[in-house]
Amino acid sequence: MKIYADHAATTAMSEAAIEAMTRCMREEYGNPSSLYRLGQQAKEVLEKAREEIASVIHADPREIYFTSGGSEADNQAIRSAALAGKRKGKTHIVSTAFEHHAVLHTLAQLKTEGFEVTLLDVHENGIVRPEEVEAAIRPDTCLVTVMYANNEIGTIQPIREIGAVCRARQVPFHTDAVQAAGPLAIDVQAENIDYLSASAHKFHGPKGVGFLYARKGVPLSPLINGGAQERNRRAGTENLPGIVGMAAALKETVAERDAETARLTVLRDRLIAGLSEIPHSALNGDAKKRLPGNVSFCFEGIEGESLLLLLDEKGISASSGSACTSGSLDPSHVLLAIGRVHDVAHGSLRLTLGRENTPEDVEYIIASVKDVVAYLRSFSPVWRDLQSGKLKFIL
Amino acid sequence: MALYSEKVMDHFLHPRNVGVIEDADAVGEVGNAKCGDIMKMYLKIRDGIVVDVKFETFGCGSAIASSSMATEMIKGKPLSEVRKLTNQAVTEALDGLPAHKIHCSVLAEEAIHSALEDYERRQAGAETT
Repeated sequence: MKIYADHAATTAMSEAAIEAMTRCMREEYGNPSSLYRLGQQAKEVLEKAREEIASVIHADPREIYFTSGGSEADNQAIRSAALAGKRKGKTHIVSTAFEHHAVLHTLAQLKTEGFEVTLLDVHENGIVRPEEVEAAIRPDTCLVTVMYANNEIGTIQPIREIGAVCRARQVPFHTDAVQAAGPLAIDVQAENIDYLSASAHKFHGPKGVGFLYARKGVPLSPLINGGAQERNRRAGTENLPGIVGMAAALKETVAERDAETARLTVLRDRLIAGLSEIPHSALNGDAKKRLPGNVSFCFEGIEGESLLLLLDEKGISASSGSACTSGSLDPSHVLLAIGRVHDVAHGSLRLTLGRENTPEDVEYIIASVKDVVAYLRSFSPVWRDLQSGKLKFIL
Repeated sequence: MALYSEKVMDHFLHPRNVGVIEDADAVGEVGNAKCGDIMKMYLKIRDGIVVDVKFETFGCGSAIASSSMATEMIKGKPLSEVRKLTNQAVTEALDGLPAHKIHCSVLAEEAIHSALEDYERRQAGAETT
């Protein structure tokens, strides 16, 4: 049995995207900047992809900038707003404690350049409170950046409410929508989003390509200097096959979104119910306000990496926020941000379901996780101490 | 390409000497749950020889594999030899560990040394009473 349950990490390429990319590489290999027909044909393909992507999020095509992925888009949006803010003496940024590292590390860098950063609490349920965003905004705030949906615990943020707050206070609002673009319906107009980052490989598109939406009139400075591509905001010959693949994958994802959301929500809730039967376990993040395929758990008395390796042996690909999987001594900052203590955060498991997963997969995952957790607990000194009362159960 | 060597995976998937010795002559425990690794070693010692050894580990794959390998390396060995066990020897026996996992082999060495200290304490206690 082979079950891919790590769709938040990446997704299998859509056949429609592969076909579109193959055609593009064979026939539309011209440089969109060239004036002859082959170049102009490539330019046409590029602009068609831009229009398709723009329409999905209710943006104008001129507000879409192609990038190498979500991280680049995050970097560019945050740096642009910061640079414009600094010119006006505004050097305060509001964000959250559980952002992706593409955001957090950019903010850390800005701190060394004189910026002040307020990281908002995300509370036990993993959801930012719009009133706390409002309270954090100061006269010198140049940007609010809050992710659309969290990559580890899948919680969906009140983006529309945060957008309204930022609009009322006239502060630019960026959202890292890498996990949300595709699975969720996004409307940058209704939600008052000024900058939005997205990545193709999270919605069955190719890796190494993404886009940044930047509302007309907001500051946008290039990270990469050179030619006049992307209206002088992103130099370098466009990754046309990647862009075409991204547009095709997004189109397909949007077409099947409603049915897929309904189907995945049932699978997700069954998986949550099944894993909840494991004693001394807990779901991470709000049970309902989460991405349709996201299930994140902590199991007391075990460590996440050994759990992942044993699940891999059973054919299940999953992920964990344990220190051993992060390559550092600390477990995931997301789990710590929602108040999980180190001891518990080490025993985390993230399962993210997607297009290929079936109800049978879910039953197999439940049975496998139950087996593996029981096995690891059988020789865990922590579990022994918890059982004997020497340590107190947290979950 | 895998994360770990075949040896590590073998000892992780089929750990040797797992469990508890209820009437152990020495017990060593190192690490803490906050860091994500705890190892506990139980030794049975007769005439200066480790006649039996069991372990319990809370930790990642390489922590479990290091514990398993370390127990195999000291079982049936005289204490003089057990004292000389190093984390390098455990790592080598496992055909290497990724750089950020070397601390797991250190933990195995420390768990055994902690058990030996416990044994010496118990011996000293027995002599004085």
